[in-house]
Amino acid sequence: MTTETRSTPTPAPDPDLLYSEDEEALRDAVRALLTDRSDPATVLAAVESDVPYSPTLGSARAGGAPSALWRSLATEIGTAGLLVPEKLGGAGASTRETAVVLEELGRAVAPVPYLTSAVLAVTALLGCDHEDAEVAGALTALAAGTTVGALAVPLTTAPGGPPEPTVRAAADGTLTGRVTSVADAAAADLLLVPAQGSDGPALFAVEAAADGVRTERVTPLDLTRPLAHLTLDGARGRLLATGDRAREAVDRALLTGAGLLASEQLGVAEWCLAETVRHTAERTQFGRPIGSFQALKHRMAALWLEVASARAAARNAADALATGSPDAPVAVAVAQAYCAPVAVRAAEECVQLHGGIGMTWEHPAHLYLKRAKADELTLGTPGRHRETLAGLVDLGAP
Amino acid sequence: MTDAADLRRRTADLLAAHPPATTDRLDFLRARFDAGLAWVHFPEGLGGLDAPRSLQAVVDAELAAAGAPGNDPGRIGIGLGMAAPTILRFGTDEQKQRFLRPLWTGEEVWCQLFSEPGAGSDLAALATRAVRDGEDWVVDGQKVWTSSAHLARWAILIARTDPDLPKHRGITYFVCDMTDPGVEVRPLRQITGEAEFNEVFLTGVRIPDAHRLGEVGEGWKVAQTTLMNERVAIGGNRIPREGGMIGVAAADWRARPELRTHDLHQRLLTLWVDAEVARLTGERLRQQLTKGQPGPEGSGMKLAFARLAQDISGWEVEFLAEDGLTYDDWTMRRPDGVDFTGREAGYRYLRAKGNSIEGGTSEVLLNIVAERVLGLPPEPRTDKDVAWKDLPR
Repeated sequence: MTTETRSTPTPAPDPDLLYSEDEEALRDAVRALLTDRSDPATVLAAVESDVPYSPTLGSARAGGAPSALWRSLATEIGTAGLLVPEKLGGAGASTRETAVVLEELGRAVAPVPYLTSAVLAVTALLGCDHEDAEVAGALTALAAGTTVGALAVPLTTAPGGPPEPTVRAAADGTLTGRVTSVADAAAADLLLVPAQGSDGPALFAVEAAADGVRTERVTPLDLTRPLAHLTLDGARGRLLATGDRAREAVDRALLTGAGLLASEQLGVAEWCLAETVRHTAERTQFGRPIGSFQALKHRMAALWLEVASARAAARNAADALATGSPDAPVAVAVAQAYCAPVAVRAAEECVQLHGGIGMTWEHPAHLYLKRAKADELTLGTPGRHRETLAGLVDLGAP
Repeated sequence: MTDAADLRRRTADLLAAHPPATTDRLDFLRARFDAGLAWVHFPEGLGGLDAPRSLQAVVDAELAAAGAPGNDPGRIGIGLGMAAPTILRFGTDEQKQRFLRPLWTGEEVWCQLFSEPGAGSDLAALATRAVRDGEDWVVDGQKVWTSSAHLARWAILIARTDPDLPKHRGITYFVCDMTDPGVEVRPLRQITGEAEFNEVFLTGVRIPDAHRLGEVGEGWKVAQTTLMNERVAIGGNRIPREGGMIGVAAADWRARPELRTHDLHQRLLTLWVDAEVARLTGERLRQQLTKGQPGPEGSGMKLAFARLAQDISGWEVEFLAEDGLTYDDWTMRRPDGVDFTGREAGYRYLRAKGNSIEGGTSEVLLNIVAERVLGLPPEPRTDKDVAWKDLPR
């Protein structure tokens, strides 16, 4: 993505902002699975275990085999390969369907490496040459869900010209350097590492279990999305792409990730609003349900409007990415600038309007607050996305 | 069933029989009404063909291409949007025959006598009285915020016919003749300097019982149809990116680099995002309506647009620096319509203040969203079962 300025804004395209019947069916399947296997109490118990993803819940090499939840999500429903072409073992679907999965994962604040593996890693690989056996093999493995992938960039990296890679590639293909705050790095089997080679940027595949790869887990604010610093010390990488192609593959992954993160944020906000409405309609003080007081119901009504608006913004981004619209960078920047604060506000309102119970460890509201706040920093802050937008729609800075 | 091809043929027949170039404007509009091409979803004989509402666009496109005259919907919006659907649903055959044709052609302008000084958000508490006298009703009271009253031939009116019943049950709906000698219209000057609205004083106004719409005491129910149709109008139009007030603000920003500051830049970008998302939310609502799945988003759209119009116009006055200190014209005028993006920034800023008050205050709309969309428990209603005459006021 460039920051060229145009004399007039891009004409608005013709997006499909609704959900198709197939998308609703996919939602039902994912929601049923999450309701069954990943209710808030289970999530809370899982994040307290000391493995990145509980063996019963997450993906985790830590537990040896992939977890039941990830296996069901990835393989039984087949969501891990939604973006992968059918001839490579995927479903050949688009970001519209992936966005629906992320809405449900956000609503359940599910601790699975979906955004990292099925979106960021897959999209980065899709930007490389599919005919290449290395790339095709990796896509097939990620689509099957038997391999978990991670794009080795700090989770805060925004699309629109990522910074220079911090990893150097030697002529013999060995990689050295450190990448901080990589989401799901400790759970990943396959690391996609942007590196600076002698001939410019390149993208490498590195086995997480290979010699010279060290991950050091960080205590994350968001308990449901583990972070780790990654250190490569002469680790052997397999070349996936070089030059502009490598750079563009990474940037497309970041753009896609940021656009679809808006759907996850929508799901987080939806749960927070629904749970707050449910609680305030039941909780009685002063002889009335507290949800009957205008001081509270106006806040929830205002939030409802924001959530309804976030849905339009998130759908618009998912549709623009799916159709390859030239408007996608604008749609993604708008969706992130809008949806990230809505999720945070919804989670903050959820805590406040729950009163004391909202402040307890026992109630799941804090899981959503931590996810929402961490998501606000993920793949670019709202302010960063507004800055990008300024360049895209000719509203330059002073 | 009338389909698009049939409508094209009928439109071609109309144009052949009444060539726009050589036909008087009013004659053409009457002929169009009689051909059932005025509002195709209306019944045959009343300007329509019982066709799907969505097919109106087919007729409108053909007529526009032929240069046919229109009925100036901006001038007769209350008649088209509020009076007509109510007359169609509750009117007698005689009333439909008498009122709908000149309403649609614009020969007769309509206004709405609903709000009162003592009944704004609580419209059902209205105090204008209608007392039965032989074949007539005699009406006394005061109405307010009536646009087009000075141009109108007819009004839709709600008045209290039984003060002993609780407020929602003692109201009746009438068609009021605005030329009655007991009707006095006074301009109501507003903070912009002009008088877009009027106060209407009703003193001994006689309304024949034949001009009652719906049953005696059913006026609140009839009024719901009117108000519901007011909301249908919202969300029907497609807005391009940077359509509306944000486009004016963005154009200012591009044209006046010397006025830019970092603070104004940050705020403009936030407003731009909010305006774009509001546009997309309206577009999503429109797509749902087209598919026959109306969503609850409509209830909230007015809230979003009111806040945006106020924030953007406030930003604009501030951005314009010395120009923001000036105002184009305080002269008292009575405009025929309203253009929220018209005139200068100062006017837009002041006019936008009305957006969160007119057609339901933002506070009332938040109650509606909370109770009807979210299902939150209502506030206790102490006035619901009390006779209107015993309510404190």
